Amino acid sequence: MKSNNKTEIIAVQGKQELFIIREFDAPRDLVFKAFSDKDILVKWIGPRELKTRYEKFEPYAGGSYRYLQSFPGGMEFGYHGVCHEHTSPERVINTFEFEGLPEKGHVVLETARFEELPNSRTRVTVQSVFQSVMDRDAMIQAGMERGVLDSHIKLDEILAELILK
Amino acid sequence: MEIRRDVFQAIADPTRRIILSLIAIHPMTPNALAEHFETSRQAVSKHIKILTECQLIKQEQSGRENYYHFNANKMKEVADWLDPFRKMWEDKFDRLDNILNDLK
Repeated sequence: MKSNNKTEIIAVQGKQELFIIREFDAPRDLVFKAFSDKDILVKWIGPRELKTRYEKFEPYAGGSYRYLQSFPGGMEFGYHGVCHEHTSPERVINTFEFEGLPEKGHVVLETARFEELPNSRTRVTVQSVFQSVMDRDAMIQAGMERGVLDSHIKLDEILAELILK
Repeated sequence: MEIRRDVFQAIADPTRRIILSLIAIHPMTPNALAEHFETSRQAVSKHIKILTECQLIKQEQSGRENYYHFNANKMKEVADWLDPFRKMWEDKFDRLDNILNDLK
């Protein structure tokens, strides 16, 4: 069943940070677990059509992580970073870098805060701080490109259906 | 088939995104714009044509020169640029909802 919880993105123009805010109908301990257990993370962190696997996951201060997403054709993209803090159940802080960029060194500082709400609900606020406004906007644009990709996939499906008829 | 002429079509191409970023900073003449690209003038013109049809840029005469301006209102009006990014996260979190339900 689809929940009524809406995802809110705050990206003020000209700033080098963005916020992703979402509430969950689950207690804080559980939501924190879903953000700090690699077997659960692989099930939701990547786009639906890509397979995600962790090469390394050390969710504690000074640890690091690296995960890979593979495309159907076998091409893989890596993401890695350093874990600064995994304070159960309220906070996760880490760095993040996408290895598929043309140039190394575009690192993001991510902080996820888990807030307890009444009725065993939880609010998650992810703050991503980029090195520049351009970096931030490129990340948002990557989402925009995915939107285009998704709509193309949908169009392909519709066309395939029409052809079968 | 009807050709798509919306903001997504406009920004789907990397050259068009560069054109938009350039003229968003400063209005430019066709010549000044073409100098930024190694591709032919015709290729740049083709992109300009699409962007104009998408109403993301408009031409304005200033003195003897024609200048391309970025139509920020259209960008806002046609599509909230954050929306696909938000949808991407929504998609992930919807899956997380199901996982959390199973864990409860």
